[in-house]
Amino acid sequence: MGDRALSRRGFLAASAAAGLGMTALSACGGGSDGGSSDGTTTIEWWNISTTEPTHTVWAGLAKKFEAQNPKVKVKIVQLENDAYKSKMTALTASGKLPDIFHTWGGGVLQQQVDAGLVEDLTDRTKPWSDGLLSVAKQPYLLDKKMYGIPFDIGMIGFWYNKALFKQAGISTPPTTWSGFLDAVGKLKAKNITPIALAGKEKWPGMYYWAYLAMRTAGIDALQKAADNKDFSDPGLIQAGQHLKDLVGLKPFQKGFLGAAYSTPTGQAATMGNGKAAMELMGQWAPVVEADSGKGLGSDLGFFPFPAVEGGKGAITEVFGGGGGHALRKGAPQAAVDFLKFFASEATDLELVKKTNTLPIVPGAEKALSDPNTKAVQAQLKAATGFQLYLDQAYAPAVGQEVNDSVAALIAGSKSPEQVTQSITKTAKEA
Amino acid sequence: MTSTFLPDRRTDSDVAPTSATAASSRGRARRRLLNWLTAVGFQVPALVLFIGLVILPMLFALYAAFFRWGGFGMPSDYVGGDNFTRLFQDDVFLGDLWRCLLLIALSLAIQLPFALAMAVALNQRLRGRAVYRMLFFAPYVLSEAITGVLFSMIFAPGDGLADHVLGSIGLGGVGGEWFADPSYVMATLFLVMTWKYFGFHMMLYLAGLQSVPAELTEAALIDGAGPWQRFRNVTLPLLAPTLRISVFLSVIGAIQLFDLVWVITQGGPDHHSETMAVTMFQYGFKRYQVGYASAISVVMFGICLVFALAYQRFVLRRDLEGATTTMRGDGK
Repeated sequence: MGDRALSRRGFLAASAAAGLGMTALSACGGGSDGGSSDGTTTIEWWNISTTEPTHTVWAGLAKKFEAQNPKVKVKIVQLENDAYKSKMTALTASGKLPDIFHTWGGGVLQQQVDAGLVEDLTDRTKPWSDGLLSVAKQPYLLDKKMYGIPFDIGMIGFWYNKALFKQAGISTPPTTWSGFLDAVGKLKAKNITPIALAGKEKWPGMYYWAYLAMRTAGIDALQKAADNKDFSDPGLIQAGQHLKDLVGLKPFQKGFLGAAYSTPTGQAATMGNGKAAMELMGQWAPVVEADSGKGLGSDLGFFPFPAVEGGKGAITEVFGGGGGHALRKGAPQAAVDFLKFFASEATDLELVKKTNTLPIVPGAEKALSDPNTKAVQAQLKAATGFQLYLDQAYAPAVGQEVNDSVAALIAGSKSPEQVTQSITKTAKEA
Repeated sequence: MTSTFLPDRRTDSDVAPTSATAASSRGRARRRLLNWLTAVGFQVPALVLFIGLVILPMLFALYAAFFRWGGFGMPSDYVGGDNFTRLFQDDVFLGDLWRCLLLIALSLAIQLPFALAMAVALNQRLRGRAVYRMLFFAPYVLSEAITGVLFSMIFAPGDGLADHVLGSIGLGGVGGEWFADPSYVMATLFLVMTWKYFGFHMMLYLAGLQSVPAELTEAALIDGAGPWQRFRNVTLPLLAPTLRISVFLSVIGAIQLFDLVWVITQGGPDHHSETMAVTMFQYGFKRYQVGYASAISVVMFGICLVFALAYQRFVLRRDLEGATTTMRGDGK
């Protein structure tokens, strides 16, 4: 008896490990075709809006859509950002995506399109999608075809605590990299933690390298490097050097290497509770700061990533992306109707007003009231160049290697040259 | 599985050992067929599930490990053993192996002896020992994800409970960055693992201790053996089968460690707490390099399998004597 129980346990334990990958794939694929006998259609809507107030507002919008379309039920599935990405990987491999799903566009969407899993929306949405802001649609246009409808567009920049800046004697936000390093020094001199960073999650660190690369090597160099599978451009190495200079000043909060982004002890909370002076984050930062921390209210300010002296890029070039929805291939008409509803002026007005997103319908701009959101919007509208998030723009393996290598650079275990070598190696393998 | 048939066959031959008539042999054949059908009927549902959900995915993972494959469609880009070559040149994976050995060593050297000491202590007559037993076992019941979230808050640098407690007893400078410090992350992680699992091993040992006959200890006492001698020469040898099982479970657990690490550190900072399972997850679910991830899972499986078989063959041999039919040629 001991024998059988034991060997089975050992066997199951061992095979569970080996089978984890594949069984997980096959177990996650339960989709629904939605049709039912009484003529109602159920559409599944997967999104990542787990924080308030977006969580509640979106649920309310789904109810509103159901009221307008009595024959349609909307089933909402919400996952936290990182968990969502992992789950989607599994779903993509299983070949069954949800009816409506969150997408950032770029390389990941391209991969799903290549696998034949995403509905081409070019013709089905043409009558109304032409009116959406064109910069917001960029990430979802692949080979001149439209595969997603945006609900938000934004950019990464520095969010700063005006009170702490004042305390350190910094009157205006820096516009150059050397000015920025000076500001960090001044904050440190006053015993203020200059920057909050979620080192555990890696992507927030990648923003620094990406922006520095845009400023030194120029915006085209990033695309060219990915196309040629060669990241050895001296400008990219220089970007790593600049980041290393910053890390050398020890500007981050205590224990940042283990910090997550949106947990109660994470980056956003550190910033939102006034324990750090800056964070480099997207347009959603104020909402998350207030959700996981106390929020800064009128003490919060925004400034674009500084220019690097002698670099090829300009301060007006922005790094960012939006949020959009794509449909699985063969999704019911109700799903297209929902996208139309979600991109309507009435919905966008509500989103802009209540959830701090930036307008994707020109008519919704009038709803902007928050000065910070207005500042982001102004910066975006005046942008002279746009680069999508690297972990979305590049193929997943390359994007992850960028995150991973930059994290190693920040932790001090990789040199700027080794960062570009690792990324190049992964790009060639993938 | 075949043992199901043995008693029946034996009974058959016991009942009619010399019967040679056609009728009874036909009857016997029919009964044998019926038995066989019954056995098959009971086994098919379980076998189908087991083959479909365990064996086939495993074989497929083995197959996929020889391809460069992104997880879409069927694997087609055959690369031979390249994934494995790459694996054993990958610093992160070699680090995973090293950390795995480290965890096993720490578990065997610290966690299990600690659990044994607690078990021996709680086996004494002691006021409220049921309460202690329950308390120490409680962490094992918690899910790993909850444990992970809990301890990432407790060990949050500066603000966490651990630093507050250390500060309040005048050891404010002792608390470091815990999980955020590459040099201390494994030690902190091991602390959490011990907190979570020692209760389980303690329970195993307690159960084992219950079956140590009191007469033997008494006899040793009468012979003049001190407490240490009684423990060393009476209790410990009789507890050996339990110890061997506990070591086995502990090692297999360390090889497959995933949940705790994923929730607390995701393998960071800078891969310093990464385990094989975490690396596999990173490649399979973040980088879409499913072929490479399969290679990792195959290696993990191989390590578990070799260990499990060798351990049973060489260490558990005595415990299994008689219970197994093939290992020593019919138990002789």
